Amino acid sequence: MSKIIASAAIRGAHKIVGRAEQKYQEALAKWGPDQEVGFPDTAYYLPIIYAMLGIPVQKIADMKPVLERCRALLPPFVKEKAALPYLAPALDAGMATFFAEEMTEAIRYLEAPNFYTKMEDITPDNIWLGAASDLIFRKRGVEFVDGTAPGFAAIVGAAPSAEIAKKIATELQEKNLYVFMCGEHEGKRFSEQLVEAGVQIGWPTRLVSFGPDVSAAVFAMGFACRVAMAFGGIKPGDYRKNLLYNKDRTFAFVMPMGFVTDEWYANAAGAIIWGFPTIADTPIPEVLPTGVCTYEHVVSNVPHDHIVQKAAEVRGLKVTVASVPIPVSYGPAFEGERVRGEDIYLECGGGRTHAVELVVSKNMDEVEDGRVEVIGPDVDAVQPPAKLPLAILVEVAGRKMQEDFEPILERQIHHLINYAQGVMHIGQRDIAWFRISKGAVDKGFKLADLGKILHAKLHQDFGVIFDKIQVKLFTEEKDVEKVLAQARDIYGKRDARIEGMTDETTDTFYSCTLCQSFAPNHVCVVSPERTGLCGAYNWMDCRASNEINPTGPNQPIPKGDMTDPKLGQWTGVNNFVLNASRQKISQVSLYSIMVDPMTTCGCCECLAAVLPMCNGIMTVNRDFLGMTPCGMKFTTLAGSAGGGAVTPGFLGHSKYNVTQRKWISGDGGLSRLVWMPKMLKDECRERLLKRGEEIGIPNFIDMIADETIGVTEDEILPFLTEKNHPALSMESIL
Amino acid sequence: MADLEKKSIDPATIKMLKKAADDGCETIFDRAEAMKPCPIGAEGSCCKNCAMGPCRVPAPKKKEGVPPKERMGLCGATAETIAARNFARMVAAGTASHSDHARGIAEVFLATAKGKMPEFSIKDEQKLYQVAMDLDIEIADRSVQDIAVDVGRKALEEFGRQEGELLFIKRAPAKRQELWRKLGVVPRGIDREVVELMHRTHMGVDQDYQSLLLSAARCALADGWGGSMISTDLQDILFGNPVPVLGQINLGVLKKDQINVVVHGHEPLLPEVLVAVVNEPEIQKAALATGAKGINLVGMCCSANEILMRHGVPVAGNFLQQELAIVTGAVDAMVVDVQCEMQSLAQVAKCYHTKLITTSPKAKIEGAMHIEFDEHRAGAVARKILAEAIGNYKNRKSNVEIPEETTDQVVGFSYETINYLLGGVFRASYRPLNDNIINGRIRGIAGVVGCNNARVTHDDPNLTLIKELIKNDVIVLVTGCAAMTCGKAGLLTPEAAKLYAGEGLASVCEAVGIPPVLHMGACVDNSRILMAATAVVKAGGLGDDISDLPAAGAALEWMSEKAVAIGHYFVASGVYTVFGVTWPTSGSEEVTKLLFEEYENVFKGKWGFEADPIEAARKMIEHIDKKRKALGIDKARERVLFDMDKRREIDAA
Repeated sequence: MSKIIASAAIRGAHKIVGRAEQKYQEALAKWGPDQEVGFPDTAYYLPIIYAMLGIPVQKIADMKPVLERCRALLPPFVKEKAALPYLAPALDAGMATFFAEEMTEAIRYLEAPNFYTKMEDITPDNIWLGAASDLIFRKRGVEFVDGTAPGFAAIVGAAPSAEIAKKIATELQEKNLYVFMCGEHEGKRFSEQLVEAGVQIGWPTRLVSFGPDVSAAVFAMGFACRVAMAFGGIKPGDYRKNLLYNKDRTFAFVMPMGFVTDEWYANAAGAIIWGFPTIADTPIPEVLPTGVCTYEHVVSNVPHDHIVQKAAEVRGLKVTVASVPIPVSYGPAFEGERVRGEDIYLECGGGRTHAVELVVSKNMDEVEDGRVEVIGPDVDAVQPPAKLPLAILVEVAGRKMQEDFEPILERQIHHLINYAQGVMHIGQRDIAWFRISKGAVDKGFKLADLGKILHAKLHQDFGVIFDKIQVKLFTEEKDVEKVLAQARDIYGKRDARIEGMTDETTDTFYSCTLCQSFAPNHVCVVSPERTGLCGAYNWMDCRASNEINPTGPNQPIPKGDMTDPKLGQWTGVNNFVLNASRQKISQVSLYSIMVDPMTTCGCCECLAAVLPMCNGIMTVNRDFLGMTPCGMKFTTLAGSAGGGAVTPGFLGHSKYNVTQRKWISGDGGLSRLVWMPKMLKDECRERLLKRGEEIGIPNFIDMIADETIGVTEDEILPFLTEKNHPALSMESIL
Repeated sequence: MADLEKKSIDPATIKMLKKAADDGCETIFDRAEAMKPCPIGAEGSCCKNCAMGPCRVPAPKKKEGVPPKERMGLCGATAETIAARNFARMVAAGTASHSDHARGIAEVFLATAKGKMPEFSIKDEQKLYQVAMDLDIEIADRSVQDIAVDVGRKALEEFGRQEGELLFIKRAPAKRQELWRKLGVVPRGIDREVVELMHRTHMGVDQDYQSLLLSAARCALADGWGGSMISTDLQDILFGNPVPVLGQINLGVLKKDQINVVVHGHEPLLPEVLVAVVNEPEIQKAALATGAKGINLVGMCCSANEILMRHGVPVAGNFLQQELAIVTGAVDAMVVDVQCEMQSLAQVAKCYHTKLITTSPKAKIEGAMHIEFDEHRAGAVARKILAEAIGNYKNRKSNVEIPEETTDQVVGFSYETINYLLGGVFRASYRPLNDNIINGRIRGIAGVVGCNNARVTHDDPNLTLIKELIKNDVIVLVTGCAAMTCGKAGLLTPEAAKLYAGEGLASVCEAVGIPPVLHMGACVDNSRILMAATAVVKAGGLGDDISDLPAAGAALEWMSEKAVAIGHYFVASGVYTVFGVTWPTSGSEEVTKLLFEEYENVFKGKWGFEADPIEAARKMIEHIDKKRKALGIDKARERVLFDMDKRREIDAA
């Protein structure tokens, strides 16, 4: 910390804490001490305060001890001459700043309930999103965990022009970073500049307009705190572990744009405690010695065309940017961008026309690597808004290519195409749906570019398993029909093959430790009948991934001798998990929620929990926000079972896994399922019906209670009794 | 006394030397001129351990072609044995001094914990818990008083312990402990090691210099990791662990229009009580009644360091300035307890009006007034002393002259405070220090400690050395009189970084807001440096023992036996330690070689002698660079950028 910075940060903190005290007094007078207060839809209360101090602020009165803590942390002002050491006091002031701002923002939710949209998206008359609900946090947090988002840039203030803002934002997006925005400079705000420049902002495009004031920085810091608690298994109040976790794993930094006020300095000082350095575009003093952050603490006066590169370097972040030879920007940050209404230049599929995508393997001499053919009219042959049928036929060849890898490559098409700016992809197989925007076409995007993306990216990510790839794009009705027929035939064969695979017939399972970047003790064991709990990796995916990267996060596990057929325990699996969990877990059951259940990183699609009164098990999917009969919402459940901890009675799993034959078979299997949200039931309806037949209860689906029946055990028990649910007559689950 | 200008580099000191000369008052500077040190004693070659001697066995003059004649004492003791014995006795005396000081503190501590000394209290509960844990005392939900009683009792037991190991030994890095155990130098009990060393050095006992010096190491460790450490820790609990505070130093802190009371010596008990009572209304009233504008309490030597570190009380000066404070003619009372109080104070006081008041039952001075400090009625004693000073104000003579020199200094760097300063409440850690050592902004760490010595220019060797070190990006930790030297020269301010430090060190100082030289306390607080060094080892990245650190120590103006004890426990803890002025074993080449060279293999730390401060700095930096090379941090470090794979490799926090 330079003396100038420390002095300013301490001044800023005094002002911010003073204002929070005033807000608190007003709120206390207006609503009384018992008024509930907090951020919407979260189990983490005011997450910074909760993470650092372990204090759950639920009522106005709960703020008092926190404000007292702020006062205790606030250091005296820095003297001009023979000053006392100021780094530590300035950092303490930064922490007090965040506590104070979090309380100020919480009171704002009381004063102006609609100040923030509280959603993923902006609305026509409000661009300020406010704190991420746990639904948004979980969904986005997963990207931090699996590596699709390495961190975030917290931008404060405004760029000199909307164009520069757009350029910086795009560059950050291209580095896969989230951009968290707050604060104002000379009446302008970075978020507003992006809107002005026609950029889509909101969580889906990773350009998150948290709030208009600098105090909205706490939404970014709170997000980081929650990542550590949810995925790192770090307990509330364990501030040291939380901070070091973020220093080591969340690659975030602060980018103040414009004049740095005392309040900005106070926030920047706070961010340093998390290991998040400041990279400024103004000539503020620099703090180059390392220590609290991994590298420099403050780097300044960086020109706008270098600032993103510099920021990544200072934070110690390595991003491998995909180089794809297409005329638009490309990266995961563009995956969530939408192409709608007026913007649409060309649409294929989506019920308007047929669209299909298919990957097949060929002989080496049948494939010419890199060849992309568009057979039929391209974008230049049609006028917007245009519609065309589309069949994408990807033909690959290589010595290590296997038929089993075809669906894996095919499944990549969705996100690989979505990564292109101005191109939208929905669905898969024969229900694929493409939209190409006018903006993209303006920049020169053509259908052939879809092929170029697939060639470049599939080579990059899967080059080990094939040598050559060519792409044919058909846009004539008759050609599309032909591919469609071929595809449907292949899909049928693939499904039958996968259905036939069982744990018994396979000697090798696979591990998945992809999430150890954020949940260092968690190990997924993926077997044919237990897909990964995130829903993204089945056994086949893991096998392919291991072929591609033999030393990567998916390792073969020779399952060894079966020591418990009921619970699903094997010697080889246990040995592997002991080692891979860094000696934290010695036994794991693949088929039980009660005995040695598998851990979850926090990325699970669903969480199952035991309902003792009903003698059964409930499960809830991440997207369901409501209360559940176990007395916890998804997010609270995930909070207690996530982060790689073994928690008997709780189990993370994928949606698909519910209808796999081995799901909690050690505890009685599907017949134990007494409650699930209606939306999940509907999503799994087809497969649940089929499994009902298999277990000899064809109407089983109708026996499962949902939130329309009740959200407590008391409420659903009469229903289960009336339906004569099998769980009620099974042996006691406890 | 022609060349007064060369006696010191401190202008205030020179001014007062001139005044003393004008006033016809003799000082240590005059005596140093008049009397040279005994050349045989200086090299450790005089044995007076029995009545058959004293035997003189000076090093033989080497003549080419003639084999040197082996000299020995009447009993046959060789020059090696004699030098080693003399050296060992210095260690024993030094250890005894620190440890007897510590025992006094431990007794007061225990009585305070038991509620028997209402004028003292437990001020620092955090530190109490920390020390309790290190002494294997249960904390759970026990009361502060119960814990404190156990701490006091266990601490006191360390002195009379007969077997086993001193409890604080296990604070040291694990590897160092192993080495000590292997060498058999882990101290059993503090008193036992002193007694045994006195026994071994008696006529006709241990007559193997290697064995004698190992035993001296065991005794010295009982000082550094025993007596001194107990003293520091218990004082911190009783009076508060120092945190950064602003103070002033040099004779200019004396006030012409106030009643000046100088507290001089080493134990903080009485000074703490004086600080507490000096502002009582009755005392202030009595002071004002004399026509003075108040009472000005200032410190001298390590008593000063104690109350400076904890209260910012001004410091009049270091060891060689004790007479000169009186020479100002403005000191109405000088209160002394133990260690480093020159008997000449009584003579100098006679030239002026100053009342010299001895307070320790262990240390009386002929011609001084004795008001014995009794901890049970500490306040009353302190008030009586102040009353003496107030009463003496009217006796001031006309020849009052106070030099205007005073300098600001930022002090109070306990090792716990350094930990806080590098990361704040939430990220407190030595890691940033290690990081900047690894990346080369800081080249290494030096501890420069110790006394003043009238045989060299006052303050010059230490100051020149320290300036040279910081210029070369070596951060310097100081204690005792060496710390005061830095204070007077302005090195203990954050501004000094820009003026004197190399670019790398200066950038770290600017970032943290610290001076390039950190004042860690009194000479008994050198244990803080041991703890800081251990904390650096434990923070990781710089090896796993103190001897792996790019660090070195020095005491270029040493004079007391305590300094030898300190030096020897630093060497035994793995630090290269350079002394100046004179070397007390130079009478034996073998003994000197053992300490200067072979100890690098034995203790991975060694002694050195270098009177020239620039040359001493060069040797220390060379050693630091050698350690950097061994650690593989002598080259520029590449910036490592992390991708997700790398992040997965990080172990759970």
